[in-house]
Amino acid sequence: MKIKRRDFLKLSVGGSLLMATVGPTQALAITEKKALPPEAVGILYDSTLCIGCQACMSACKRANKMPIETDEASKPWDTPLDLSGKTLNIIKRYKDGNESTKDQEKDGYAFIKRQCMHCLDPSCVSACPVSALRKDARNGIVSYNKDACIGCRYCQIACPFNIPKFQWDSTTPEIIKCQLCQHLLKEGKYAACCSSCPTGASLYGPMEDLIAEAKRRLKLEPGSHADFPLNRIGAEGSGRTTSHQVGHYVQHIYGENEVGGTQNVMLAGVSFTKLGLPELPDEAFVRLADGIQYAIYKGMAYPLALLGALIYMIRKGDGTSDNTDKS
Amino acid sequence: MENNKPLGGRVLTGPFAFFLTLLLISVYFAFQRFAYGLGAVTNMNDGYPWGIWIALDVVVGTALACGGYTMALLTYAFNRGEYHPMVRPALLTSLFGYSLAGISVIIDIGRYWQAYNIILPWHSNLHSVMFEVALCIGAYVLVLWIEFAPTILEKFKADQLLKKLNRILLVFIALGILLPTMHQSSLGTMMLMAGYKLSPLWRTAFLPLLFLLTALMIGFAVVIYESLFSSVTYRLPQETPILSKLATVTFWCLLLFMVIRIEDVNLRGYLPLAFDGSFVSNMFLLENSFLLTGLFLLMYPGNRKSPKLLFLAASCLLIGGGLYRFNTYITGFDPGNGWQYFPSVGELCITFGIVAVEILGYMWCIKRLPILAAHPPQATTL
Repeated sequence: MKIKRRDFLKLSVGGSLLMATVGPTQALAITEKKALPPEAVGILYDSTLCIGCQACMSACKRANKMPIETDEASKPWDTPLDLSGKTLNIIKRYKDGNESTKDQEKDGYAFIKRQCMHCLDPSCVSACPVSALRKDARNGIVSYNKDACIGCRYCQIACPFNIPKFQWDSTTPEIIKCQLCQHLLKEGKYAACCSSCPTGASLYGPMEDLIAEAKRRLKLEPGSHADFPLNRIGAEGSGRTTSHQVGHYVQHIYGENEVGGTQNVMLAGVSFTKLGLPELPDEAFVRLADGIQYAIYKGMAYPLALLGALIYMIRKGDGTSDNTDKS
Repeated sequence: MENNKPLGGRVLTGPFAFFLTLLLISVYFAFQRFAYGLGAVTNMNDGYPWGIWIALDVVVGTALACGGYTMALLTYAFNRGEYHPMVRPALLTSLFGYSLAGISVIIDIGRYWQAYNIILPWHSNLHSVMFEVALCIGAYVLVLWIEFAPTILEKFKADQLLKKLNRILLVFIALGILLPTMHQSSLGTMMLMAGYKLSPLWRTAFLPLLFLLTALMIGFAVVIYESLFSSVTYRLPQETPILSKLATVTFWCLLLFMVIRIEDVNLRGYLPLAFDGSFVSNMFLLENSFLLTGLFLLMYPGNRKSPKLLFLAASCLLIGGGLYRFNTYITGFDPGNGWQYFPSVGELCITFGIVAVEILGYMWCIKRLPILAAHPPQATTL
């Protein structure tokens, strides 16, 4: 059997084009935004209420039995510089010029709390080859199972917020990230960072209530005084409130739509990029990769068809190629 | 039965001892890694969770090991019998390349003792690109060993077994073409997940197609390179007529790649970014200069007949194609927040060790197993 060059090109190019570019077009078909899980819980962090006391950080370490991170100079205080294999929640500080005014971009400072965002469409969950990272179908918490994890660290590549951390110094390393204190839920408790927050900057509750609360705050008159709920809202809320002066909010709820939405939303008085949060599209990056994989491998139809075609072509050519050998 | 014969000659030569030394050094660092954790040996960090073990040993390494894939594709699927003498040596390097990529992965992953979770159905995540790549590469390593088995069976004159294997070999040859098509393109899909962390000079929905095309053209180029290298080193007759035919196929493959590659960046409007003088942009230019040089050299049919120019073109393709893949995984990747990465001595030594094993294995195999096409006996020095 002779194959002309044109046929060869048609086959190889056509085949690979089919395998590789059917993807992007079909991918568009399955890119609708994921809905909130029915009992979605999460956190509303309000940078304008945060005083940087770091009570949430030590509460987090205690609740999750994490070691302190320190150096000789700052012992015995816990002084992590960023999220790490020992720290799954951190308060960071933005500063500019003489740092005189809180929540001001120029010559000011502001706090920001970093932890897992518990995305509605989590890249880490899609990335993980062994389902070690899962999103709970009811409360939406993204949790980690060390008994499944193989330590490939693809979750770290995939996370748009750079949240999952790896225990580089361990011979039995695990991925470390906030799991929204899901182990406390059974005991009737909730996220330690929120239950320990004295100012209401970290607020726990059902996502719908948190989004409604965030929207309420954005409508308040800056400079006026208003009541802010403490610790937890919703049906099981603490019922406690505290009065604060309303900050000059940036009119944006970070996490409401970023990468398809998250269950950790934020308000702030300075722009979120200044606070170190990435500017992200409303669609999760995972959609495109997922869509391409889905289009090519759905039901394994294309691979099986290609395998069939290959077996057919090889069998058909078998006699001839043997002859060339023997001659 | 086949026209392949062992080369013969002394195994323990100077170069052999050199590569053996590299291997021993890497064993020391591998021991450190397992005794004290990844942080003790590598410079990988939470910003750059993947270093050269993934980018070089696996992503570039398996592309260099695509000779077996491309030769099987031409010889068996497109029934080009004339490439048959190239199949065995190509298969051998593929076998080493892929098996060692597998070993690199085991050294690299943190919880290697649970690696088998990949094949447990209740753990598998069908949405994960990594799942597909891991499963495919694992399966392909097995397929390669089966494809290569006749060579070993011939050596030990296990004729009965050989006959049985030959009857079902067809299926494995087909799998040996299907599996690389799948995972080599998926290696591209993998980095789509990095989102904004990957520079727009590399991040595109065409990543899977571009990775498949680089696998093909690197696969072709490596066969040309190795054939010319072996014929000089081991003083074998040159196979230039077949190689120039192969170079023609390589040229069309490369041309298609270049058109998509440059047009994709151009149409997305990021071509000016390539000239902003930054390190990342310069790496983009470097990568494409090598590929364009290769393209230019292969463009003239006359050049494809000259062993020297063929060797030069193949080298350009290997470096340029390798850089494309390396840049997609390391150079073009920036997690932000000031994270930086440069491989540590230990990391480099383990990668050198992996390469050393490949070369040692190849040297031993062609001297002791029926790999290379039959030739008049000649003294060998290497």
